[in-house]
This record gives sequence, structure tokens and C-alpha cells, in this order.
Amino acid sequence: MNIQSCVEVRNEWDIVKARQSGRNIAKELGFGTVDQARITTAISELARNIYLYAGSGEVAIERVENGGKFGLKIEASDSGPGIKDIRKVMEDGFTTSGGLGAGLPGVKRLMDEFTIDSKENEGTVITSIKWLR
Amino acid sequence: MDDRDLQYQKYKAILENYLEEQSEQTLYKGQQFSRKMIEQKISPEEAVSLHVSVLEELFPDIPEPLKNSYDFLLEMMIGYGFAYREHQSLRSRQQQLESEIEIAANMQQTLLAGDKPEVPNLDIGAISKPAQKMSGDYYHFVQDENDCVSVAIADVIGKGIPAALCMSMIKYTMDSAPEQRMQPGAVLENLNRVVEQNVDPNMFITMFYGLYDPRVHSFYYAGAGHEPGFFYDAEKDEFEELFTKGLVLGVSKKTSYQEYQRVLNGNDMVIMLSDGVTECRSTNGFIERDEIVALIRKYIHLSAQEIVEEVYRELERLQEFELRDDFTLVILRREV
Repeated sequence: MNIQSCVEVRNEWDIVKARQSGRNIAKELGFGTVDQARITTAISELARNIYLYAGSGEVAIERVENGGKFGLKIEASDSGPGIKDIRKVMEDGFTTSGGLGAGLPGVKRLMDEFTIDSKENEGTVITSIKWLR
Repeated sequence: MDDRDLQYQKYKAILENYLEEQSEQTLYKGQQFSRKMIEQKISPEEAVSLHVSVLEELFPDIPEPLKNSYDFLLEMMIGYGFAYREHQSLRSRQQQLESEIEIAANMQQTLLAGDKPEVPNLDIGAISKPAQKMSGDYYHFVQDENDCVSVAIADVIGKGIPAALCMSMIKYTMDSAPEQRMQPGAVLENLNRVVEQNVDPNMFITMFYGLYDPRVHSFYYAGAGHEPGFFYDAEKDEFEELFTKGLVLGVSKKTSYQEYQRVLNGNDMVIMLSDGVTECRSTNGFIERDEIVALIRKYIHLSAQEIVEEVYRELERLQEFELRDDFTLVILRREV
């Protein structure tokens, strides 16, 4: 079984598309309804960040395996302006109080694993995994 | 049975109970149960999910639209869960910050702890209370081998941590120039230079510095834009303002500070304070300097330490126990 999908994000409809494919894959992998909703929300937030701050990018979703454990991996990447101070955006209350809404720390808490890589003027790649319990 | 099953069974029992008879008692049980769920860090979406799964077991024929509506609710609750978790994480960070401030405040207390010197025939009272955890007020006594006592009172314009950090600098500067202690004007000039060079231009420090020489019963003093103190003439039974001329520290590189002198006769007092004392605000507006004088007069029969404590107590009560600014009051009285 090789489940994966990649959605290009250019407008708000694409955010819905990314959500949909994420939900389908989560369902197929056997995630419960709560986790499905969490994964979808995480995808939604990441896709929305791309749309709002980078203009365009892509959200790739795939099944991952690690020592008999299965999970769903989201990779959101863009070649936008990048994040100057990653520590700052990973601080609680920073994005939300600034009215940006997304909140990367929130996404991190919804998922099990979270890594962020960003360079100014080059872009951002965020990878996040939720494991099946 | 693991925690989740146990929770499920408990919730199911309470819900079933409630569906049978809608009693207040069951609702109360529900409230207790929700508290436990919060303790166990169950997020809002999990609570909804728990409810839905119990419902599906109790009513297997639940209509499809209703079932779908619960999925919708669950999705909505994720947002609340988002906010809930952020709140929890902010709360723990706040606790961490508070304990750090607590440690800093303790350090400051140790640092600034001005031991009141014991001087023959000089009755000393001093009190300093921060408005927040950390104080921007400072007072410090130094006693030399001739029983000369110097006293410094300073107030950083501003409160809290920045003011407190600035205060530490003042203390070290004072400690590092002991040879000037006998000349109040020179002390302030030196401090002015340090503050001007090291402190942010929009942070100001006012200061009053005085030195009592018991051999000649004289009090020498100078001030840098500080709230004027009072001089109490026991013979005339009158309070006068201890006027000083001099710029606030840190404003101008080259400033000189005029030095003044007063002779203390028996029972005369020198009263020094920070603007936290005069800027006390009661429901009737600012407290006038006259009222401070009246308060001191009211307790004048007590020891210097008792006077400052009583004055503080009364002003604290007038302000309904909410200090708006750091409060420092020092009294020296020549005993006969």
C-alpha cells in the first residue's frame, strides 16, 4: 500500500483540497474521528500559512512506517519569504496575539512530531507526523 | 480495563442515569466528572468524542443527519482544543516566569538589604516596600569608624524589573567609591556620570544623599531631582522642607550638585522619602505632603522605626492595600 498525495496551494480552495486528501488518507489508515479532525486541522493551518505568507507552495501527505508503527506525514513547503525568527513563531501567543491565527505551536501539539526548517528569502519546510495508536 | 475504558463506562453510567430521570443530582455528578476530565487533560474534542461514542452505543439507530452533525461539532471543538492547549501551555510558562521573578526579587532583597546601623544617640527608622515584586526604590546606610552615617535614597523612574536592574547598578557604583562618602555633592556627581553613560536615556533616577556626623551633630546633604524630605525642628515644633537643587541623574553629563548642611539639636529629625509616599492616592485624590507631615506628627512620640511603620500602615490602608509606586521612608532623629 503506497498512499500519498500532493496538493498545490495557491488559493483558499486548495486549502480545502489539502484538507480533503488529508482526511481521506487519515481515514484509510484507520485514524479515529478525533485524530482525523486533528490531522485535518493541522493540514488546514499549514496550508493556510502557505497561502497567507508565501503565496504558493505545496502540501504533501503520505503514509510512513517506523518499526511496525504506521503514521501519517504532512510536509508543507514553500519558497516564500521564510521565517526570520523561528523561536519566536514557535512561542505560544505570538502568532495568535498578532492576529495571524495559525499558531505553529498549536499544530505541533495536535501532531506527534514536528520539525521546521526555514531560511530567509528561500522558503520554509514544515514536516509533521501523527502516529497511529 | 484502562483509563479510557473506565472513563467511558463512568460517563456512560452518568449519562444513562440522566436520560432516565433529569435530576439535579446527576447534573452535579456530571460537573464533578468534567472537573476530573480537565484534571486528566482531556481536551474538548475528546470530551465530545466520548459523548458521541456513548450515544452511539445507547442508540444504535441514531439518525444519519444527527450523527453527521456530531462530526461537525467535533470539527468545531478542535479549534477550542487548540485554544485550550495554548492556554495550558501559557499558564505553565507564566508559572515558570513567576518563579523566576520570585528568585530575582529575593536576590534583590539580599542585595539591597540595608542593615540599619546602630549609632549612639541616633534613632533610625527605615521602611521600603515594592509596589510589585521588585523595587525601583533603594535606600542604603553606611556607617564608618567615626560613627558617621551616610544614607542614600534613590528612585528609578519606572517600576518593576527594569527599574530593579538599574537599582543594582546604583548600589555597585556607591560601593565602589567609598572615599567620596563624606561629600554628598561629589557622590551625586559621580553617580550622575555613571548613570549618564550606562543607562537608557529615557530612564531617570532621582536621589537624595545625606551624611550625619555625630561629632558636630550636622547633617550634610545633596539631592538630584528627588522628592524633598523634611526637617523637623523640635524646639519650634515645626516641619520644614529639605529643599535641594540639582538635576535628576543621567540627564546631563556635567552637572554639579549643591551641598547643604543642617545642625541637628536634640529630637530634631530628618525625614527622607520616595515619591511613592507622596504619590499615594486615596479615593480623595493625591495625598498632600501636609498629610504626610500630619501622620508623622501623630506618631512623633514613638521611635523612628515605629513612626515609619505606622505611617506606612496608614497610607497602605488609605490606598486600600494597593501600592501604586514603590514606597520608601527613612527617618533619622538625634536623641538627647
